[in-house]
Amino acid sequence: MSDITQKIELGTSVAGVPEAPRSPPMSAIGPIGWLRANLFSGWLSTAVTLLLAYLLVRWAIGFVDWAFLNAVWTVPVTAQGAQTQACRQLHGAGACWAVIAEKHRFILFGTYPFEEHWRPAVVCVIFVALYAVSAMRRFWRWELALVWVAALVAIGVLMWGGILGMLYVPQERWGGLPITLILATFGLAFAFPLSILVALGRRSQLPAIKALCVLYVELIRGVPLISLLFMASVMFPLFLPEGMNIDKLLRAQIAIILFAAAYLAEVVRGGLQALPKGQYEAADAMGLSYWQKTGLIILPQALRLVIPPLVNTFIGFFKDTSLVLIIGIFDLLTAGKTAIVEPAWQGFGVEVYVTVGVIYFCFCFAMSKYSQGLEAELNRHRRR
Amino acid sequence: MSETAAAPAQIASAARTDAPPAIVLDKVNKWFGALHVLRDVNLQVATGERVVVCGPSGSGKSTTIRCINRLETHQEGKILVDGIELTDDVKALDAIRREVGMVFQSFNLFPHLTVLENCTLAPIWVRRMPKKDAEELAMEYLTRVKIPEQAKKYPGQLSGGQQQRVAIARALCMKPKIMLFDEPTSALDPEMIKEVLDTMVMLASTGMTMICVTHEMGFARQVADRVVFMDRGEVVEVGTPDQVFNDPKTDRLKLFLSQILRGH
Repeated sequence: MSDITQKIELGTSVAGVPEAPRSPPMSAIGPIGWLRANLFSGWLSTAVTLLLAYLLVRWAIGFVDWAFLNAVWTVPVTAQGAQTQACRQLHGAGACWAVIAEKHRFILFGTYPFEEHWRPAVVCVIFVALYAVSAMRRFWRWELALVWVAALVAIGVLMWGGILGMLYVPQERWGGLPITLILATFGLAFAFPLSILVALGRRSQLPAIKALCVLYVELIRGVPLISLLFMASVMFPLFLPEGMNIDKLLRAQIAIILFAAAYLAEVVRGGLQALPKGQYEAADAMGLSYWQKTGLIILPQALRLVIPPLVNTFIGFFKDTSLVLIIGIFDLLTAGKTAIVEPAWQGFGVEVYVTVGVIYFCFCFAMSKYSQGLEAELNRHRRR
Repeated sequence: MSETAAAPAQIASAARTDAPPAIVLDKVNKWFGALHVLRDVNLQVATGERVVVCGPSGSGKSTTIRCINRLETHQEGKILVDGIELTDDVKALDAIRREVGMVFQSFNLFPHLTVLENCTLAPIWVRRMPKKDAEELAMEYLTRVKIPEQAKKYPGQLSGGQQQRVAIARALCMKPKIMLFDEPTSALDPEMIKEVLDTMVMLASTGMTMICVTHEMGFARQVADRVVFMDRGEVVEVGTPDQVFNDPKTDRLKLFLSQILRGH
């Protein structure tokens, strides 16, 4: 065997290669290096960077001017109503945050009786607490379901009243943020388990179950949510026997659950398909039953795989609850819209929608951030 | 390359001819769609016997042993495992699968569970063992495959050879009567093959009934009571390792041996 290779000691010099390692030049590392590589890497890149920087700064200054410096924060309220001349004189140069100052209770709680506003406020706090508790993995035990049931009961008691000395408030008067949270939270909480069952059913060997699940998903995906809400609100009562009535909010809730479950089922099915067949086989070979295999091996892995599209769908549906406007339910967005119908406040839609947008953003961004943390934690086993 | 080390001694046979056979395959035929993959496969494996199945790729050897625990279904013929016939009856199937352990080519460990949890899962959920007992059992088998210190790690953190040994320990934790090996070392680096084969030799010396699909002829010589040669879905030759490797009778076996044993 000819000796074409030589044994080379690490660290010794070979012809042409310098010995000791040198540090890279200053302009190639650190923040300066990042700027050079990403923002100023060539003439075109530099020009675009400067243009965008200029636009960004102009817009930022403009926004600060509008939102803070030129803004009107309150207006006097007399017996004739709010005197919004100060706001109107701005002609759009500044924000009229007075509309929020005046109308925030209406936007948040709708037509709920004014003196009882503490009740929907407590309901919103209960929801936030429920999210916080459910988010922490150490509380992921079956007792959490009891906590949810207790929260549901507490929310019902607070919103309806009629007992414990609280005034009875019929459902037609509910509105604003509690409605959005009720529809979104219980909608997704029931849709998610249903979607898992539908996804498993679609992959089932039993033809009847498979056909049923396919039919359900394709029918629901084929129609817009608005039409489903219409059907739920208008057609559904026609099928019920005389005198029996399911209230409007429940009908909307059921429609949202069915709609969300169909979309989530396809997301979960993607995860089930992505799992290697060997996992199913190993579980079968050990003698695990179908539900043991699904619950211990398949679903924990499949759901971890699809956290990004799952959270995507969750966030989308949280905001889709605003469509209940169509059947006359007052959610957060509708309450915002209605707040500026009054002649005194007409034309200040931007301020209201920005505020409502910020509220939505808080919830949706929290979901997004949480999902990133959850993904990192659940996929710890993949890191070496 | 000549072997400088002496060939390892043959393990004494533990096959029991007095007990009914552990596995019976009687005229088993299987089709994948229109493709006839198993043709009239007849095989009987006695309790305590160790059988190595070899053959070229596509010969149906993996399909055959996968039919034994019904990961694949056969269309014609009878398969009896431990006296129970394999049909669509779910109860019989569960009973069979509890007594048959399988080790796969791609390990198929559960990546979201630790090594210990992988091993205790089946005893806890299928045999309804309390968690403490299951963990003791798992640690005992992990010690036997010589990796007790990896118990709290995740499979993704182990090397291929370690993962396959965990897979063997996981199958053993169910205390099966029969162990099936589907090309257990084919996905491993050469330096890791030895540690897995040593584990399988150790297992063979305890008298376990084993059916092993493998290309490792040295292992077959050392451990097998019988070697089954399959080609194109049929059992072509069956015999002791000595008969099959040194005295092939059919041309197909001679061709196969010349292809895989070249240089040995």
